[in-house]
Amino acid sequence: MTKLTFIAHDGTQFDMDAENGSTVMENAIRNAVPGIEAECGGACACATCHVYVDEAWTAQVGEPEAMEEDMLDFAYDVQPNSRLSCQIKVRDALDGLVVRVPARQG
Amino acid sequence: MTDITKTDVLIVGAGPVGLFAVFELGLFDMKCHLIDILDRPGGQCAELYPEKPIYDIPGWPSISAQGLVDKLLEQIAPFKPDFTYNRMVSSLEKLEDGSFRVTTDENEVFEAKVVVIAAGGGSFQPKRPPIPGIEPYEGKSVFYSVRRMEDFRGHDLVIVGGGDSALDWTLNLQPVAKSVTLVHRRPEFRAAPDSVNKMYAMQEMKQLDFQVGQVTGLTGADGQLSSAVIKGPDGDVEVPCTRMLPFFGLTMKLGPIAEWGLNLHENLIPVDTEKFQTSVPGIFAVGDINWYPGKLKLILSGFHEVALMAQAAKRIISPGERIVFQYTTSSTSLQKKLGVVD
Repeated sequence: MTKLTFIAHDGTQFDMDAENGSTVMENAIRNAVPGIEAECGGACACATCHVYVDEAWTAQVGEPEAMEEDMLDFAYDVQPNSRLSCQIKVRDALDGLVVRVPARQG
Repeated sequence: MTDITKTDVLIVGAGPVGLFAVFELGLFDMKCHLIDILDRPGGQCAELYPEKPIYDIPGWPSISAQGLVDKLLEQIAPFKPDFTYNRMVSSLEKLEDGSFRVTTDENEVFEAKVVVIAAGGGSFQPKRPPIPGIEPYEGKSVFYSVRRMEDFRGHDLVIVGGGDSALDWTLNLQPVAKSVTLVHRRPEFRAAPDSVNKMYAMQEMKQLDFQVGQVTGLTGADGQLSSAVIKGPDGDVEVPCTRMLPFFGLTMKLGPIAEWGLNLHENLIPVDTEKFQTSVPGIFAVGDINWYPGKLKLILSGFHEVALMAQAAKRIISPGERIVFQYTTSSTSLQKKLGVVD
């Protein structure tokens, strides 16, 4: 199991054990993290699972692919560390990953 | 007097479940008319993820969303459904004879004995961009679509977005507007490369301005914009702006269905699981938009729902007529309707 932490916009911290191979978004939905909507269900077809990857983790998580970068155009307040959480796969290297939920989704 | 289009069953939404409803209703000789807010059939399958594979359609280990829509259209073709696209159903009223009158946002009028709501996540509507304080300007100086190009003549126009809509309107409105500023978060575009090249060429000739950044603020009064603040890599820039066209894609909203007097459950329409009928007899709800205990938002669940719904719809449209349950595999009469035997 890989440890994952979401910090909601109001500062509430959600710690969880995530299965490798699942997406960060799926874990947010399973644990009812507020502010992750995932309207399209993980198809990289909306931008409502937008998160900010903690600065300490951006290198490990990596850059969005072109399609995700396109979808990020629809997100609110996009920053260099913005990612769509449905496109981040949980893996050993991300054990301890921290992501922040933006003020709003779109 | 507006022309009234009459049909047996009016289906709101032409996504996969609305399309398959045509098949099940057609087997019972009911004629269908579908209305959809998009410009083509397929709903979310066509709009959100046409190229993505779906793995849980029985009999299809993998099929693309658009592929499924194409197959459904082929399957329902024998029943010759009518389609009205680019329309939102705005109102619904029950008539004295028990049928329903449905009016679209362009004032077309339909009458049907049965209404089937297959509206999925609701109607696709332009997404409001993440610009604080934009609401008072909407419909006055901020528009989400171009109805008439003349409305932009002589204006300082700011277009926001990086897709085809943004680029097409940048190019088309440039000769009409006083000035055009295109704003996009990054220098890469989702739009057709040809449009992007044309845009850069026009920028080169100073016919328009392209700014990399995000619109963070608006100034103006009484709904009339005067300028927009763009936060770019080199800080804030204020540009003159008396008209704005943001293109931030589509989102789904329940829309006017909420005002049709149906019982709702968290923006979904509760139905029974025998007929998939709503709280109003004669109005059914199928697919993602309905709710019942154990509901799963799966296309295959919607297919099951329409089969049962069709039986109930037939009882309304042909009261007293005996409904014979038949298989398409063995029934010559069903095969005739499908056009597979003479």
